[in-house]
Amino acid sequence: MKHDPDSEPDAEPGAPSAGGPGAPRGGGRAALARWVARRLLLAVVVVLGAATVTFGALRLTPGDPVKVMVGISAAQNPEIVEQARHETGFDRPLAVQYADFLGDLARGDLGWSYQLQESVPTVIGDNLWPTVSLTLAGFALAFLIAVPLAVATAGRRPAWRALSSLLELVTVSIPGFWVGLLLLTFFSFRLHLFPATGGTGLSGLVLPAVTLALGLVGLFTQILRDGMARALDEPFALSARARGTGETAVRLRHALRHALIAISTISGWTVGALLTGAVVVETVFGRPGLGRVLATAIQNRDFPVVTGITIVSGALFTLITLGVDLLYRVVDPRLREAPA
Amino acid sequence: MPDDDRLLAVEDLRVGFGTVAAVRGVDLDLRPGECLAVVGESGSGKSATARALVGLSGGTVRARRMELAGRDLTALRDREWRAVRGGRIGLVLQDALSALDPLRTVGAEITETLANHRTVERSARRARAVSLLGQVRVPEPEIRARQHPHQLSGGLRQRALIASAIAADPPLLIADEPTTALDVTVAAQILNLLAERKAAGTAILLISHDLAVVARLADRIAVMHAGVLVEEGTPGELLRAPAHPYTRELLAAIPAAHARGTRLSVRAAEGAPAADGGCGYAARCPLATDRCRTEPPARVAVGDGHHARCWRTDAEWPAPPARTARTRDTADTAADTVIEARDLAKAFRGPDGAQRPAVAGVSFTLRAGRTLGIVGESGSGKSTTAHLVMGLLEPDAGTVALLGRPWSHRPEAERRALRPRLQLVQQDPLASFDPRYTVERIIGEGLGHPGRRAARANRDAIAALLRRVGLDDALLDRRPQELSGGQRQRVAVARALAPEPAVLVCDEPVSALDVSVQAQILDLLTDLQDDLGVALLFISHDLGVVHHMSDDVLVMRDGAVVESGPVQDVFDNPSHPYTRALLTALPSIDAAARPVALDRPADA
Repeated sequence: MKHDPDSEPDAEPGAPSAGGPGAPRGGGRAALARWVARRLLLAVVVVLGAATVTFGALRLTPGDPVKVMVGISAAQNPEIVEQARHETGFDRPLAVQYADFLGDLARGDLGWSYQLQESVPTVIGDNLWPTVSLTLAGFALAFLIAVPLAVATAGRRPAWRALSSLLELVTVSIPGFWVGLLLLTFFSFRLHLFPATGGTGLSGLVLPAVTLALGLVGLFTQILRDGMARALDEPFALSARARGTGETAVRLRHALRHALIAISTISGWTVGALLTGAVVVETVFGRPGLGRVLATAIQNRDFPVVTGITIVSGALFTLITLGVDLLYRVVDPRLREAPA
Repeated sequence: MPDDDRLLAVEDLRVGFGTVAAVRGVDLDLRPGECLAVVGESGSGKSATARALVGLSGGTVRARRMELAGRDLTALRDREWRAVRGGRIGLVLQDALSALDPLRTVGAEITETLANHRTVERSARRARAVSLLGQVRVPEPEIRARQHPHQLSGGLRQRALIASAIAADPPLLIADEPTTALDVTVAAQILNLLAERKAAGTAILLISHDLAVVARLADRIAVMHAGVLVEEGTPGELLRAPAHPYTRELLAAIPAAHARGTRLSVRAAEGAPAADGGCGYAARCPLATDRCRTEPPARVAVGDGHHARCWRTDAEWPAPPARTARTRDTADTAADTVIEARDLAKAFRGPDGAQRPAVAGVSFTLRAGRTLGIVGESGSGKSTTAHLVMGLLEPDAGTVALLGRPWSHRPEAERRALRPRLQLVQQDPLASFDPRYTVERIIGEGLGHPGRRAARANRDAIAALLRRVGLDDALLDRRPQELSGGQRQRVAVARALAPEPAVLVCDEPVSALDVSVQAQILDLLTDLQDDLGVALLFISHDLGVVHHMSDDVLVMRDGAVVESGPVQDVFDNPSHPYTRALLTALPSIDAAARPVALDRPADA
């Protein structure tokens, strides 16, 4: 197949390719550093955008946050409300409030939670680790189950593949709270293997992580199997087999890596979404976590907490995306020369 | 024939995919240091044959006998097959960009073979991979071993692929279309490399759709059609005195100099499925009789070591119809100028940030009803020139005028009215069609009515366009994947013709096609030009094709025109050394039919 002259990195048979033998490896590293720096700068813009949208959205929604803050009895007294409004700065023009908000943000001051009567960084700090550990454990578990399933069934063993597909469909369709309740009933109440609620230790992590993982296994297996089946149909898989490479090696050494490109995309999104979206599992198992805190804070118009969690999860999300993009470049050498 | 010196002995090989019989009784013999070429169009079963020999056909394989160096290949278990693959038989596929794993370095691919067959100690594998790359004449092998396929040129990739196939020193090398995606000079180098392996005692089974390509290397040629070897013989015999009509068709399809002004294809019809029992070629054969349609032809000797499966080997072959409608008057300058390009220049920023000129100082004039060929290797700036002419890229310097009006550097709104007059036919129609569109909508889009309902309303006009390019209206509701390569390219031509253009820009329109299908498309383009007076800007890396099609020709290299003029002058008296080099590398039947230089190819 012919290529465009500008897409063909090495037009002349003997000529050194651009960025190839002539270019020292350090040049690639400097380019990578520039790329990361640019992406980090972009990340700051994204976080700022998320903060601004939250700031605007909370002030546009109905309900008076000052009345919520002072409590129902005190809210009957206009004097107290006005005083509180003045103290919290809610009586000043929106532009000034926004400027103050950005100023606080720049100093790392995320404010004080009206409801929890704690500083927002403390609230987030207390709840971040349970969420992160749950997310990572669920994700890793799903990944560890999905990879062998996909490797074993991609493009062969139709009966196993059909069975696996059926189970995937079931796990994807069943709501998480239902799986959670089933697991609780069986493993906690009947067998007493794991604690039913609370328990931030390892044993408390098992059931919630399994619940999360079951929802993801189906998705991951399907994407991996699809990517592997496609890679196994490619001529390079035939080349590898024609070299005498065994079937398992062809799958692990060649096809799996191609499938990982597809799974990276969905992984970044999944981990990011779970950070604040694991609220159902957190609620069922009575676990502390960002999702639960966020849901409560939204109900109670606890502005500083909502804003703080949005900013933190926005920052985490952009960092994860950056990590995924870096992962692409590790997995796929063709992307290493592509401009950011 | 004595059995003992045969490396490969295959008798009555049959490969089936479901109910489809792809290979229907093939016999192959190969001795060490010998090259057998199997030639046929896509779908003839040649690749299925090659893959069956390494147990990777993916279908059901049966054979009365399939032996490699006396070892029965029909009863191998999986583990035994793995030892044969790469260890006893190396396989080289077409297009190393997809035949090498894009995510791994070429060194790792070669090391894989070494590890599979425990050719050398683990610690020595890297060094051996580098030395293998050197052996296949890859310059700077140390650096190349660490690079990925996309960082190498097509020729270097193909060499690396060959290195990975020969790493465990297999006595048999199967090369399946090893040069098909390559420029002529690079293809010649790859063939020389295979000739070196042959000289060193490796047996080579060369698979190709192009008789001219294999003629240089092969000791024997077997022509395959519809799963059967229809003719076998030495290149000298088979090319000089072809006995089977299909071999004649393949030979006539080569757009070499002597075929200029003549039709290349026997008949525009697509091959009908082979009837059970009869000759698979009967539906396409101008000599077919009732016997051909009912009784499978026996293998008859037609010369010394020259056999054919045909009932009509002694029949008189009809002379190819000459093209009479066309008067190619080279002095005809009265025709209107449709495209005038002056001093076009375009540079692109390379990955290192430096500007690299892709096109520099290209000028030409294209007149109504005539063909201007642009020939050059990949990276020579041909396609960039096409994009500049199409107005898909703006030139950094220079101008393009279309039908006497300025065309380059105009706002698109101004150009839109003229766009229908300038149409494009690309190399890969499958990629240039929306896969969800039916043929009706694809052509309807060319008429300016892409909507489903509008296309339906124009169904008669669309059907007329289909017939114009030699297709049946039954294809109207098909989607691109359901068409053959030749049908797709015909649809692409129909779409381009729909708005009644003054100019067709054809960018490598036949490079992805078999020679016989290529012949049909080239004939179609010439017929349409005769009937409609459309001017062609014909871009190809294939000198034979450009020679056959063009009135005038530009030879491009590194973005510049190195030679230009009337096609006969340039090809008969090339003045630039580069043109001469290209012409020398061009595979030709005439050269192969000469008995000299068959065994000892020039050094790479």
